[in-house]
Amino acid sequence: MIAINNISKWYGGFRVLTDCSTAVAKGEVVVVCGPSGSGKSTLIKCVNALEPFQQGEITVDGVSVGAKDTDLPKLRARIGMVFQNFELFPHLSVMENLTLAQIKVLGRTPEAATAKGAALLERVGLAAHAAKFPGQLSGGQQQRVAIARALAMDPIAMLFDEPTSALDPEMINEVLDVMVDLAKEGMTMMVVTHEMGFARKVAHRVVFMDKGEIVEDAPKEDFFGKPRSERAQLFLSKILQH
Amino acid sequence: MGDLDFEIIGRALPYLAGGLRYTFQLTLVAATGGVIFGTLLAMARLSSFKPLALAAAGYVNLMRSIPLLLVIFWFYFMMPVLLQSLTGAERPPQIGAERSAYITFVMFEAAFFCEIMRAGIQSIAKGQAGAGYALGLNYWQVMGKIVLPQAFRNMLPILLTQSIILFQDVSLVSLLNVTDFVGAAVKVAQRDSRVVEMYLFVAVVYFVLCFALSAAVKRLQLRIAIVR
Ligand SMILES: Nc1ncnc2c1ncn2[C@@H]1O[C@H](COP(=O)(O)OP(=O)(O)OP(=O)(O)O)[C@@H](O)[C@H]1O
Ligand SMILES: [Mg+2]
Repeated sequence: MIAINNISKWYGGFRVLTDCSTAVAKGEVVVVCGPSGSGKSTLIKCVNALEPFQQGEITVDGVSVGAKDTDLPKLRARIGMVFQNFELFPHLSVMENLTLAQIKVLGRTPEAATAKGAALLERVGLAAHAAKFPGQLSGGQQQRVAIARALAMDPIAMLFDEPTSALDPEMINEVLDVMVDLAKEGMTMMVVTHEMGFARKVAHRVVFMDKGEIVEDAPKEDFFGKPRSERAQLFLSKILQH
Repeated sequence: MGDLDFEIIGRALPYLAGGLRYTFQLTLVAATGGVIFGTLLAMARLSSFKPLALAAAGYVNLMRSIPLLLVIFWFYFMMPVLLQSLTGAERPPQIGAERSAYITFVMFEAAFFCEIMRAGIQSIAKGQAGAGYALGLNYWQVMGKIVLPQAFRNMLPILLTQSIILFQDVSLVSLLNVTDFVGAAVKVAQRDSRVVEMYLFVAVVYFVLCFALSAAVKRLQLRIAIVR
């Protein structure tokens, strides 16, 4: 579904990504972890071309992301993305957040978009909040709306960039629960997270990044059993302490 | 100062009201047009297409470096000549002082509103646009539906404050012999030799209006701050 082949990216003279290669098969859940600044966000944003890259190739469902003639809006509409800071549109109601792109990008009627939005709000347990504005919701609720907004586009894959790291601890689980359900339904997911409980529960593979390189790319069992690199072991011992 | 005759104001009121109406009209048109063109200029200045960004920056800096009065004169006296040489007409086309004033003010204000809207656009976190693009929206949709509404809302108090300044600046058109509020007062003052009364009256009206509008903007500013 998602194939990342030898991606390299520079910010000026600074190399953020070095020859990164990995893949996410249909229905697969891949967790990406690594120290701060290792390039996780940058890599995941390359997948839907929110960040350009200078070398290598990424294809999503066979479509090359970097190619000049790719219809990027069309491609992006098929890939859901959830951000660390939710990025809900604060000037729009929860329902408008869910319907905007359905109407503008997919050409759905307002009625159809609203029906879809209502069903998804129900699913993430926020049916009662449709008319509210994002600022009136808790962080956990906002992130669930953000997931519903992405799902409203009927994506073929979902990207998550540290979806729980801006949340208070007591709200992390309500978001993870939604993600676990999604994974169990067979959604293709690429998830940057340090929630190793989530990785243990639903991930198929774990990718470990450090200094812009993919150091480790292994099935979950292998990764938690015996990560081969010293850097991965060090990282795991650090985050599993708490 | 013994023989002030304030009844002159009552007699001249309909004429003065006509001038005030024109002042409001010109303010409204210049503010609306200025915000629209200013927003487009701001988008151009922030464009990654360098020639466009440079051209917009050049225009804005030029307008902001020339006194408004000079722009008004320049446009009124030079534009017909310029148009004549461009079209090769026999005589300079007549634009007329009022129409010239509308065009000048829209063009001039656009440069100032551009800088306000540019700051407004930059005040919206990049992640907001990113979220829009990630949903498949294109540049114009991201701007029109996500970035600009928020930028406009954040900048509304400053846009209105600039419009109050504009309301005062509009009086400069009286130098083109246009009958705005000040222009009307000048004409009455000269006709009836009642300079002190008329100029006092005009100043009081400007003060009351601008003071009240500024107070309203302050209240709006507080309300926006609370909502956010
Ligand atoms: N716009 C930018 N210009 C220059 N350098 C950048 C830019 N964005 C990110 N970087 C650098 O690129 C590197 C990778 O950043 P990235 O955000 O991908 O890391 P990350 O693994 O997601 O970290 P975190 O866990 O803190 O989110 C960092 O060193 C960062 O400082
Ligand atoms: Mg990151």
